Amino acid sequence: MTIEKQTSVFEYAPAPESRSVVDIAPSYGLFIDGEFTDAADGKVFKTVSPATEEVLSEVAQAGAEDVDRAVKAARKAFEKWSALPGAERAKYLFRIARIIQERSRELAVLETLDNGKPIKETRDADLPLVAAHFFYYAGWADKLDHAGYGANPRPLGVAGQVIPWNFPLLMLAWKIAPALATGNTVVLKPAETTPLSALFFADICRQAGLPKGVVNILPGYGDAGAAIVAHDGVDKVAFTGSTAVGKEIARTVAGTDKKVTLELGGKGANIVFDDAPIDQAVEGIVSGIFFNQGQVCCAGSRLLVQESIQDELLDSLKRRLSTLRLGDPLDKNTDIGAINSSEQLARITSLVETGEAEGAERWSAPCELPSSGYWFAPTLFTNVTQAHTVARDEIFGPVLSVLTFRTPEEAVAKANNSAYGLSAGIWTEKGSRILAVADRLRAGVVWANTFNKFDPTSPFGGYKESGFGREGGRHGLEGYLDV
Amino acid sequence: MSDARLSVFKTYKLYVGGKFPRSESGRVYEVTSRKGEWLANAPQSSRKDARDAVVAARKAFGGWAGKTAYLRGQILYRVAEMLEGRREQFVREVADAEGLSKPKAAAQVDAAIDRWVWYAGWTDKIAQITGGANPVAGPYFNLSSPEPTGVVTVVAPQDSSFLGLVSVIAPVIATGNTAVVVASEAAPLPALSLGEVLATSDLPGGVVNILSGRTAEIAAPLAAHQDVNALDLCGADEVLAKDLEVAAADNLKRVLRPQPVDDWTADPGTHRLTAFLETKTVWHPTGSLGASGSAY
Repeated sequence: MTIEKQTSVFEYAPAPESRSVVDIAPSYGLFIDGEFTDAADGKVFKTVSPATEEVLSEVAQAGAEDVDRAVKAARKAFEKWSALPGAERAKYLFRIARIIQERSRELAVLETLDNGKPIKETRDADLPLVAAHFFYYAGWADKLDHAGYGANPRPLGVAGQVIPWNFPLLMLAWKIAPALATGNTVVLKPAETTPLSALFFADICRQAGLPKGVVNILPGYGDAGAAIVAHDGVDKVAFTGSTAVGKEIARTVAGTDKKVTLELGGKGANIVFDDAPIDQAVEGIVSGIFFNQGQVCCAGSRLLVQESIQDELLDSLKRRLSTLRLGDPLDKNTDIGAINSSEQLARITSLVETGEAEGAERWSAPCELPSSGYWFAPTLFTNVTQAHTVARDEIFGPVLSVLTFRTPEEAVAKANNSAYGLSAGIWTEKGSRILAVADRLRAGVVWANTFNKFDPTSPFGGYKESGFGREGGRHGLEGYLDV
Repeated sequence: MSDARLSVFKTYKLYVGGKFPRSESGRVYEVTSRKGEWLANAPQSSRKDARDAVVAARKAFGGWAGKTAYLRGQILYRVAEMLEGRREQFVREVADAEGLSKPKAAAQVDAAIDRWVWYAGWTDKIAQITGGANPVAGPYFNLSSPEPTGVVTVVAPQDSSFLGLVSVIAPVIATGNTAVVVASEAAPLPALSLGEVLATSDLPGGVVNILSGRTAEIAAPLAAHQDVNALDLCGADEVLAKDLEVAAADNLKRVLRPQPVDDWTADPGTHRLTAFLETKTVWHPTGSLGASGSAY
């Protein structure tokens, strides 16, 4: 093996992004009815930088009483907001999109600090997509008559939205932009480990002059999320997170009129055929599972490689993984940042131990892990069968399970052998094979000779237990309209 | 002499996997007209019958979803042709089931046949109104297409034994789903007769499976079944609908909640088609022809 030789080629001087562009206050309140306020019971929690374990701020923790207050504020605001001409709602959203662009450096650094992902990603992926998402849905606000849902489609009312920590601000954008464009008002709970960018977004709403109560932000834990979902004044529930919680939400809203969209887990198959360009496929595999430390619901976490090229591909892949730079997320050269929380690190570690115990063969990239913070080296498992836990359960970390196949039929059967159905990838030079395989994959998003590409115009969402409803594009309007 | 002829009764049977079994339980229940006259002994399906129907529907799914939209349209149209041929029978059954006069029953049956024709025409158009290319900001061809959700359990309306029934089955299968249908509990005979029509319309066995019996008894195991992908609660009452929706959450079935239908003859719109579709979006790199630029 030439791994050692290869790694020594890449030596980079530190290139840290300055954190002086962001001013994090020592404490933050809940954002209800246009004001920052304390929680009714006065509870607070700390948010830390997962890369250093440094406490970034102390944040008010919403409880059921705060949820009630926020829903009432949103309900009150709904009347006027939904009655605004679409063109006026559009202009608020355009303002928000522009302010996000203006403040994107600040928000990127903030997100990297609170989430642990590399600045390269927040700067080049998260923030541009956030602004684009608001810009895209802004344009829909006065064109809803033409969206294919009949004339004058009506909003639902108050949207209760609960989002995860892996793309905090992007998930907020996916939720809030279509909700506001269609005339709904919002109560949104960011994840407990990443509340800051949502609170900065509250400030952006104020800068944009958004009417009070249209957007309410409630940092908190699962109990606050459950209270939002169950609240009688909520007409629409939008959730991105785990499949287990998604099922609980589906049970909670049963028998009500609440409209629900669920964006849940995945175990995406990334299928590499023997005619695929290896170097290109390796890059796609890497971005498929190591983008955002693999903490991505649509990650390509199952590599299905055609048996005849397994050795060649794995050699290339290991060589490439050995060159990934893990470390300070604020360093512009960093490829792999920190795991979002100690809980998530424990979950990943435990699943990887299960993988080893069940007999899969583990390989981890030879990289040094920082002494503080939450880190996990890029890891892959070979000798994986479909029965192995690491081939079935979502790990939500930088861990790739490698399986093999001989025929396209076998590849499709293995790819579809999952309770999930969110994403998949196909690598081959043969156009007809791409189309034939894509046609048979039971997954909501399929990337051919690429992976992990996102766009506000492109509907995103799962089959089967990966949830239902689509976010993005014209399709993304439906979940917020009474149609 | 003809006045004295004894008519031949029909033994009503389930329609599962293209065959006409009795309930494995051996049970039947009395079906009466609105006036209380005995009409037939209908099979009273068990949970085992429900599971068998799911197996048949799953087996049929790949083939049905994989047929061209054009061919599905041809087959659905064939169903309408067969219905037309059996029009008098359905008028009689609907009149008995719903206590309607012959002309009113005939209007229901005519509307049902027309409804089937309407959905037959949708098979190769729905993708064009629900899918399409998305203008992503990058060198990719990005295409969204609707695909059938899979095996759909349909709790048929209790009141409208034929027009309502047709209005909930046709949209499910038009897009390539397969269906397990729980017929109206009190008025299952038009549904069971529909099975006979489907069996002679080139519709592959298992695409539609029809069960009669106690709605709650049959629907509960279907709502909880891990190999059912979606649930149309049309004919479930409020209490049952909630129970079934809770059970459906276990594998995140798509649930179409009951919505009041005042008039089954009204334009149904497309929501019953779109309720059981998944959107698949595929990204294809478009690459580049190089730096030489346009030839224009």
